[in-house]
Order: sequence, then structure tokens, then C-alpha cells
Amino acid sequence: MSLKSILLLAALLAACLLPFAGLGTSHLNLAILMLMAAQLGAAWNMIGGYAGQASLGHAAFFGIGAYTSTLLLLKFGLNPWLGMLGGGLTAAVLSLAFGWSCFRLKGHYFAMATIAVAELVQIVFTEWDYAGGAVGLTIPMNKQGLTEMVFAGKAPYYWLALGLLVATLLATFAIERSFLGYYLRAIKDEPDAARSIGIDISRYKQVALSLSAFFTAMGGSLYAQKELYIDPNSVLSTALSIKMALVSILGGVGTLFGPLFGAVMLTGIEEVTRATFGGSGRGTDTIIYASLLIIIAVFYPSGIVGWWRARAQRWKTKRSNAAAAVAAVTSEGTL
Amino acid sequence: MSLLQLHGVTKRFGGLTANQDVSFSVDAGQIVGLIGPNGAGKTTAFNCVAGFYAPSEGHITLDGRTISGLAPEACARAGIARTFQIARTFTSMTACENVMAAALLHQGRVPAALATALQWLAFVGLARFADKPAGSMTISEQRRLAVARALAIDPKLLLMDEVMAGLNPSEVHEMVEVVLNIRQRGIACLIVEHVLEGIMPIADKIVVLDRGTKIADGTPAEVSRDPAVIAAYLGDA
Repeated sequence: MSLKSILLLAALLAACLLPFAGLGTSHLNLAILMLMAAQLGAAWNMIGGYAGQASLGHAAFFGIGAYTSTLLLLKFGLNPWLGMLGGGLTAAVLSLAFGWSCFRLKGHYFAMATIAVAELVQIVFTEWDYAGGAVGLTIPMNKQGLTEMVFAGKAPYYWLALGLLVATLLATFAIERSFLGYYLRAIKDEPDAARSIGIDISRYKQVALSLSAFFTAMGGSLYAQKELYIDPNSVLSTALSIKMALVSILGGVGTLFGPLFGAVMLTGIEEVTRATFGGSGRGTDTIIYASLLIIIAVFYPSGIVGWWRARAQRWKTKRSNAAAAVAAVTSEGTL
Repeated sequence: MSLLQLHGVTKRFGGLTANQDVSFSVDAGQIVGLIGPNGAGKTTAFNCVAGFYAPSEGHITLDGRTISGLAPEACARAGIARTFQIARTFTSMTACENVMAAALLHQGRVPAALATALQWLAFVGLARFADKPAGSMTISEQRRLAVARALAIDPKLLLMDEVMAGLNPSEVHEMVEVVLNIRQRGIACLIVEHVLEGIMPIADKIVVLDRGTKIADGTPAEVSRDPAVIAAYLGDA
């Protein structure tokens, strides 16, 4: 086993044990928010990062996941675990319509179209009385336990969020290693060249979008079970779509662990500024939060992981240049 | 029977006719040069063969099967590979990964694609750059990488768009070697080229286009004596 995989397993074990470290409820809640943001960023990364199709409408999938599992529970008494799977599958199927309408456009125009589609979904849910309309839906707390996916404490939600994040990262890893990873990067880099080597780019963009929608929706179902209350504003807003993209972009698009770093940083900054400046009113916290984001975007344009890789590359080049210089001097010496 | 056959291909863009009734053929294992002055319609004809444009009239067959109107990815599956004027390598990948992405068309599995990719990299003389990021390679290296990538889909016909443009004489020589080796493998090459000293000595056949129509078709020696070709290149007095 390589050093890298040992470190990863140790980190995972430490993460599993975190709720026993005696954290207060608010700190544990912050950790849950980070895990959930990381999971959503990782799901977004499949289409936005690896395939380079920057969607700003992913809240649609998140909301569809949250609403599907909640409606199935409230109206048909379906277990939320199955509801979560149902939410993921529903979003994956609906992503066909999303892709069909948006993939005709490229770059910025694609991003704009995704915003429009997500807005449409939000309006539909706001007007749809069966789904609670603008008032939203409440999940009753009377039945608790693992099978109901409703808990009084925070720790179980922490483990659920961690489990979902690990599942999403494993799926991403599998994509990265398979032919799909090569195809998606080819489509991102040079779509015409990708077609010239036989890659059906519409098909594989759609595959990436459906996978991304599936995992995003599962995150939505988990959110609904944790908050026990959803409404169109909390699960379908454009701000949420932007946050999913930001997590991945700040951490490093198209990298496995980028969204994890991005989520820790983004959620951390968000909560610290809110705790420190939130009381002053007038949105000081938001101003500072946004300023910090701009600073990061200016100084680390390729995200944290991108910056780290570039640094590692420079070291490697320096070292090999030094080695080459030494070799040159030695060989001259012998001549 | 010819491998590739263009039958009266016409391509119009709105009111502009870029190709008018162009017919020519490429036999299996042949190197065919497609030449002509700027704006002659070479790249248009080339894009029609590769599936990037559908001809307005006429049709194109590969091994007797009509391919005109197929999408580029379908043409690739039918056995037509191509390179681009600018190399269009996948810059976020290493050289090896670039070729693997293409090898996966027929290999399916990543380890098998890796083995194939390494062979094609060696074939174009880039074996030692396998792990180098494609974005950090020189223009000449990227051109050869694009050729290796195109070959990795196991084509019957390779289309090369100005693969020698902007290279220095020793790089042109390297590319000529690569083209000759490709022919030796039994793969036909259709080459759009401005660098006549690169293509004339190695082509089995030259097709000359001028203002969208074919004005000559024959061996390099025949074509270079053709008065119509001389007029097209030097301007008629």
C-alpha cells in the first residue's frame, strides 16, 4: 500500500471519529455543512470540472432530490433511504431534458441556459400546491431512528454526510480512472479533436450530467432529512447553484479532492465572517466573505489544488535542472 | 476499387461556393497531396471527408460505403482519422493520455489503451515524452503527437491538414519520415499542404484545387508541368 493511500485511510478514520472528540453542537454542525458542501461540489465537478460544462443550475437537481424523497415520504410513506435513491434516479432522468435544452449552447451561453432552467424549476415548485407551494414541506419528527433517517442529535447526520461524500468521491475516482475520465477531459480540452477520434461528445456530456445530477439529488435528500423542512427558496435558489460551482472552482476544477478543500475554505470563511461580523447588521459579513473570494480568485486562479500542483511542478523542474547541471559539470570534469 | 472516392462534391456556404463538383480518389496505402493556392477550397474538401461538413451536392464513399453526411465521430469509427491545422492536442493531459483517449475507441479498457498508445508514441518518435504534459511540448512535437493520436483509432485513411506548415527544415524532414512510415503500415494519407517541397517528393498523387474546382490530378511530375497549375500558382499573364 502506498503512502498516499495510508494517509487517506488515516484521514478517513480520523474523520469518522470526529464526533467523539467532544465538539460542541455548533462545531459539529459546521463540520456537517463542510461535508455537505464538499459532496455537492464533488457532484458538480463531474460535469462542471471534468467535462468542463460549467452549470449554474445545479440547484434544480438538489431541489428535485429534496422534494422527491420528501414527497414520497409524506404522501406515500416511503422510507427516506429509498426516497433518496428515488430522488437521485428522478434527477438523473430529468437531467436528460436539462441536457437536451442546454447542451446546444457552449461556454457562457450554456451557463446562462442552466440558470434559466433552474429558475423555471423553482417557479414550478413555488406554484405547485401539491408540493407545498411557497410554504414548503415539513418532515415530522415523531418517528426517529436509523430506518427513518431522522435523528435528534447531530452526529448521525455527520456520518451520513461523510458517507455520501466518500461515495461521491469514489464514483469520481472511478470515472477518472475509466475511459470516461479520458473522454470527459478530451471534450473539455478540444471538442472537435474529441469528435475526430470517435468520441460522441453529446452522449458523454449527458452521461456526466446524469451522474452529477444523481449525486447532487442525493445530497438534496440528505439536506431535507437533516433540516426536516424544505421550501423552494432553501433548496432551489440560484445562490445554491453558484455555491456548488464555487466550491469546486475554489478547490480546483477537475481534481478529485479539489471540492473538499474548496468546501472547507468556503464554508469556513462563510461561518467565521458571519460569526464575527454578522451581528453588526447591514451585511458586513457578506461583504467580507465576497472580498475574500475575490482575493482567492485573483491569486489562485486554478484553485487550491491547481496552485499546489503548479508549485510541486516548479520544485520538480528546479530539482531536475539542478541535477542536470550537476551532471553536466561532472561529465565536463571527466572529459 | 479506391479506398476513398469523392463524387462531384459541391459545398456552398450561403452564396459562396467553396467546392464545385470536386471528384478524386485515394487508393489504399497511397499518399495523396491536396494542394492549391490560398482560398482554393482544400480545407473545405478535407472537412467534408472528415464529416465536419456535409456536402451540399455529391457524395463521398469509403470502401464503397457512403460516408458523406455522417458525423465526425461516425467517420472516425468508419476508419477516417484526421489532424488539425493547429494541433488541438488535449493540453490538460500528458502526451500518453492524449493517445490513450483515441486508443480507447477500439480498446475499451485503459491498460490495453496504454499499451497501444506507447506504441504509437514510439512510432512518431515521442516515446521519451510519454509523461510530458501536452501543453508544454513544442509545436513540432505537438504536431507529431496529434498524428500519433489520430493513428491510435486504427484508421484506413489519415487526413493531415498542413502538418508541415511553420516547421523548420529538420522538423519537416522528421515529419516526412513519419508520413512514409505511415504508408508502410498500409494506411493511406490525404495531405493538405502548403509546403510543396515536403509533399512533392513523397506523394503518389497530387490533386490541385483552384477557386473551389479541381484543375489537375496526377503524379507530382505531371502536375508540376501542367500549365493550368503553373498559372494558378504564379497567376496567368
